[in-house]
Amino acid sequence: MPHIEARDISLIYDTPGGAVPGLRGVSFAMEASEFLCIVGPSGCGKSTLLNIIAGFITPNVGEIRIAGQPVRGSGMDRGVVFQDFAQLFPWRTALGNVAFGLEMKGVPKAEREATALEQLRLVKLEHFAKSYPHHLSGGMQQRVAIARALAYNPAVLLMDEPFAALDALTRDDMQRLLADVWRTTRKTVIYVTHNVAEAVYLADRVVVMTPHPGTVKTEVTIKLPRPRDPLSVEFLDYQKELLRLLGQDAKGH
Amino acid sequence: MIADRARSLWRGAVTVIVVLAIYEAVARSGHFAPALMPTLGVVLQTLLGSLLDGSMFEHAAATLYRVLCGFGLAVFVGLPLGVLMGRFRPVENFVLPLASALMPIPSLAWIPVFILWLGLGNAVTILIVLYAALFPMLLNTWSGVRAVNPIWLRAAGAMGANENALFWKVIIPGASPFIIAGLRQSFLRAWVAVIGAEMLAASNFGLGWVIFDAKEFLNTDVMLSSLIVIGFIGFVTERLVFGSLERATIYRWGMAQAAKT
Repeated sequence: MPHIEARDISLIYDTPGGAVPGLRGVSFAMEASEFLCIVGPSGCGKSTLLNIIAGFITPNVGEIRIAGQPVRGSGMDRGVVFQDFAQLFPWRTALGNVAFGLEMKGVPKAEREATALEQLRLVKLEHFAKSYPHHLSGGMQQRVAIARALAYNPAVLLMDEPFAALDALTRDDMQRLLADVWRTTRKTVIYVTHNVAEAVYLADRVVVMTPHPGTVKTEVTIKLPRPRDPLSVEFLDYQKELLRLLGQDAKGH
Repeated sequence: MIADRARSLWRGAVTVIVVLAIYEAVARSGHFAPALMPTLGVVLQTLLGSLLDGSMFEHAAATLYRVLCGFGLAVFVGLPLGVLMGRFRPVENFVLPLASALMPIPSLAWIPVFILWLGLGNAVTILIVLYAALFPMLLNTWSGVRAVNPIWLRAAGAMGANENALFWKVIIPGASPFIIAGLRQSFLRAWVAVIGAEMLAASNFGLGWVIFDAKEFLNTDVMLSSLIVIGFIGFVTERLVFGSLERATIYRWGMAQAAKT
C-alpha cells in the first residue's frame, strides 16, 4: 500500500470572474520515506495541491489518502513548512517554537524541551535555542521551521518552497542540510518548488505539473546516487530534461 | 543606549525647566494677584504640606481606586469582546454598530444622566471611566485579532492546536501590539475621564474633586498641586507600567514595527 495517494484531485476556484479550474484530475502515489518533488511554473496549482494534502483546503473531487486513511483537515501525521519566514511565532524563542506541537500534544515541559533541543541540533541551531525569530537570519528561521515541523514526529513532511526566498548560497547550504535531515529521519517528504536544480538535487522522483488547469504532465525518477553532485553531466541532463518538459529549455535546439 | 536615554531625559528636562521659569517670571511680575497665580515656591509648599499630612495620598488613592475599577472593567469586557468580534462575524455585526453609535459621545456628557440614575458617588465615576476606557480597548483588540497573520493560525492548526490553544497561544500574543496600544489609550482616556467625573459626581474625595472644591475658596495653590499630582501619576503609569510592558513583550519579540504600520 502506498504511504500517500492522491486520487483524481480536482479543485475549482471561486473568483469574482466566475469559476476557474485550479486542479484537474491530479493523481500520484508515493512510498514511505520517499522524497517527492512537485515542480511547475507559477499558477500550476502546486501549492494548492500541497495545501490539499495538508488538509487546509478540501478538493471538489477526489481524495488524499495517507496510510490508507482519507485526509479530513489538518492532522499531526503531517508537518508543514511554508515559504514565508513569518511562519514562526515571533513571541516564542526558537525552542518555544519547536516545542509548540509537543505542547499541543500535552507532552510535559521538560520532556518537550529536551525533544525540541534535539530537533534544533538536527538543523544545527542548538546554540540559538533561546533566540527570538527576529534575531535569526532567513535561513536560520527556515531551519527552525523545519525543526518545528519534525518535532512532534509526523510521518510526513510537507514543504512549500521553503528556500525560495533565500539567497543562492544559503539555499545550497539548506538543500544539503535538508538532504541530511531526510537521510537521518526517513520521513516521507513532499516538496513543492519551481526550481528545477533543487528538485534534481533533492528528489527520488519529480512530478511535473502544467498550468491552466493544473494537471500532472509526467513523472521523472531521479536515479542518481546521493550525495548528488550538481555539476555532474548526469545531474545537468536531468535538469535539461525537466526544463524541456516544462517548456522552458532554450528554444531552437 | 544609556547615553541615548540620558540625552532624551535631559531634553525633556530642558522643556520642563523653561516652561516653569516662564511661569515663575509671570507670577512674580505682579500682573496677576498672587492668590490667582501663586509662585512655584508657594505651590510646592502646599504640595509638600498635603503630602506630609497624607491628605493628598487619600485623594490620589480615591482617584486611583476609581480609575483602576473602571479601567479593569473596560479590559475585562473590551478584551474578550474584541477578540470575539475579530473571530466571529455575527458578534462583529452586532457590536460594531453599537460601538460606532456610542463611541463619539464624550463620556462626560453622560454624567448628569448617570447621576440621575445612580446618585452621586463612586458608582457614577467608575461607570464614566468604564465608558471612556471601553471603546479604545474594544476596537484595538478587534483590529489586532484581524491583523493576526493567518500563517500563524495555519501553522498552529497543522500542529494540532485546538480553539482554546489558538486563543491563548496564538491570537492573544499575535494581537499583542494592538492590545498593548489599546491598554495604553484606554488608560489615558480613563485617567482623563476620572478627573472630569470627580469634579461633577464625586461627593468629597479625589484629585478632580480637590480642584473643583478649591475653586470655591480661590485656593489656586491647592488646585495647581493637585494638577501636578495628576500629571505625575499619569506620566509614571505611561512610562513605567506600559513602557515596561512593551519592553517585556513586543520590543523583545521584534513586533513593535508591526504595531506601527
